[in-house]
Amino acid sequence: MSFVLPVLIWSLVSYVPWLWHPKVEITVPGDVSYFNNGLLVDRDVFFNEESKIREAGGVLPEGRPANPIYLPAPHQVVKAFYAAFTTEPKRRNEKWLHESLWSSIQVIFWGFLLSSVFGVPLGILAGTYDFFSRLTEPFVEFFRYLPAPAFGALAVAILGIYQAPKVAIIFIGTFFQQVLIIANTTRKLDPSLLEAAQTLGAKNLALLFRVVVPGILPDLYKDMRILLGWAWTYLIVAELIGTSSGITWFITQQARYKNFDNVYAAIMMIGIIGLTIDIMLARLGRNLFPWQRANAGV
Amino acid sequence: MTMHSIELPSYREQSEQVRDRFDRLKRRPVRLEVKGLSKEFETPHGTIIALKDISFQTHKREFVCVIGASGCGKSTLIRLLAGLETPTRGDVLLDGQVVRGPGPDRGMVFQGYTLFPWRTVKRNVMFGLEMAGRGRMPAEEEAMQWIELVGLTRFANSYPHQLSGGMKQRVAIARALANQPRILLMDEPFGALDAQTRAKMQAYLMEIWKNIDITILFITHDLDEAVYLADRILVLKAHPGEVQELIEVPVPQPRSAQQFLSPEFLTTKKRLEELIHPAQEEDANGDHLNMVRMVSVNDEVESVF
Repeated sequence: MSFVLPVLIWSLVSYVPWLWHPKVEITVPGDVSYFNNGLLVDRDVFFNEESKIREAGGVLPEGRPANPIYLPAPHQVVKAFYAAFTTEPKRRNEKWLHESLWSSIQVIFWGFLLSSVFGVPLGILAGTYDFFSRLTEPFVEFFRYLPAPAFGALAVAILGIYQAPKVAIIFIGTFFQQVLIIANTTRKLDPSLLEAAQTLGAKNLALLFRVVVPGILPDLYKDMRILLGWAWTYLIVAELIGTSSGITWFITQQARYKNFDNVYAAIMMIGIIGLTIDIMLARLGRNLFPWQRANAGV
Repeated sequence: MTMHSIELPSYREQSEQVRDRFDRLKRRPVRLEVKGLSKEFETPHGTIIALKDISFQTHKREFVCVIGASGCGKSTLIRLLAGLETPTRGDVLLDGQVVRGPGPDRGMVFQGYTLFPWRTVKRNVMFGLEMAGRGRMPAEEEAMQWIELVGLTRFANSYPHQLSGGMKQRVAIARALANQPRILLMDEPFGALDAQTRAKMQAYLMEIWKNIDITILFITHDLDEAVYLADRILVLKAHPGEVQELIEVPVPQPRSAQQFLSPEFLTTKKRLEELIHPAQEEDANGDHLNMVRMVSVNDEVESVF
C-alpha cells in the first residue's frame, strides 16, 4: 500500500500535461533552423523562437509539453525493465544484465559473510564480557566513522582491481557497525536469565553458548537483516572501485547513453532484490524462532 | 482494625503439639547457616548498608519465610545466599561448607519466572540436568517426572510464552527442583500472580514441600502468605537491614486455608504487623495524602458515607 502514493505522484507528473512538464518536445520543427523532431527544449526557448517566426511570417514550429529526460514515465521504465534483460550486450566482452546482477549479489554475499564471520562472534563477546568490550569497542567506535569509500584507493592498491577490493569495501562498511550493534543487542539480554542459569549450574562457556547465544538469536537475526540492507547501500560505491562492474557498471553505462529509463529500471532492480531477500528472511525468521510471540518484540 | 479489638493469645504461646514439633525440628541437622552476614554498597552518596550482621540457621526440611518492609534488604539477602552477590563480611554455610558463587546446590525461583523463552517446558526443566552432564535420554525422563509433579505434563512441549503466570512459576519450581538442590530459595515467587492463582500456588508448594526432601527459604511481603507457609519467620528491619525477630509460627501443621481465622494465625499476623508497620513511624513520615475536596459544592451526593 505504501507504494501506491509515490507511484501515483510519479504517474500524475508524467501523464498530466499541465503538471510540471518544463520542456517542449518538438513534433514539427517549422522554420527554426536548429529544431529537430524529438528535440527537447525549455518552454521559454520554444515560445521565444515561436514568436520570432510568427513575426517573420515563417512556418510555425509545433511541440508538446514534456518532462526532462531524467524523468521518464512509468511505462517507459517498465518497458526498459523488460528490455534490459532481453537486450544482447553491445560488445562481446560486455555482460548480460542478469550476469551483472549476479556479480553484484556475489560481492554483497562475500562482503557480508566475511564481515559476519568476524563481526558476530566479536560483537557477542564484547556484549558479554567487559574485557572484550574495553579491548575492542573504542577502536571500533573510531573506525566506524571513517567512510568506507575512503579506503577505495587503498583497497585497490592492496587487493587489485577486480572483485576483492569491492568485497573489502562492503566488509569495512558493514563490520564495524555490526560489532557495535550486536554487542548492544547482546547487552540487552535479560540479566536475570544468566543468573537463573548460574543457579542451575551453568558456568563460563555453557553460559555463553547455552544462554547468551540462544537468548539473543531472534534479535541477532533481526540485526543481520538490517545490516544486510546497509551492505547493499555500499554496493554502488564498492563497484565503482577498480574496474567498474556489476549493476553499477550497467547504471553508469546507461546514464552515459542518456538511457535514463534503463537507469531507473536498474535502481528499481536493486530495490526489488533487496526487498525480496528481506521478505524471504523475515518469513524464514518466523519459522526459525517458534518461541517468539506472534506479535514479535518480547 | 477489628482484629485488634479481639482478645488474642500471645504469638509466643504454643500448643504442646506445636512445641513438640519445634523441638524435633531444631534437633534436625542444620542445612543453612548464616553467620554475621553484611552487605554494603558503594554509591556516589556514600556507603549504603543493605544488610548488617545477619545470623540465623535453618534445619533440614524446614520452611522459613523472610519478611520485612520494602528496602529492608530481603532480596539482597537471598541473592547473597544464592551466591549472586558477594558479602562484604560474614559467611553463608551450606551443610557446613562455605558457599562461593552461584551453584546448583542452591536452587532459586525468581519473581520474574526467568524461564528460557527459547526452550520448551521440558527443555527448561532439563537445563540443570544437562549442565550436570546428564545424558539426553535420562535427563528427559527425569525432567518429565518433575513436570508431572507440578502437573504440567500436558504442556511439556509448550513454550513459556504459551503459559499463564502460575504455570510459568510451576515450571520454574520444577526446573529448580530437578537439580535436587540442598535448599530452595524463592524470591517473592508469587508476587506477580493474582490472588486466586497465588492461593493455589501456595497449596501446591506446601504439597511439594511435604512430599520431597527440600528445605525452603521463601521471601515475601505478604503477611498472610508468611504465616500460612512458614515454620519460622525471619523478620527484617530496614536501614540497615537487621534481624528483628525470628518468630516460631504457633499455627499447627499441616496447614489449611481454614486456619486463616484461627487465634494462632491472627496473633502471629498481628505481631508481624506491629514489627513491620509500627504505628508511630507512619505519623513521623508525614506520608499522608494532602486531600482537597474536589466535588462540586452542589453535588447531589453530599457525602459518600
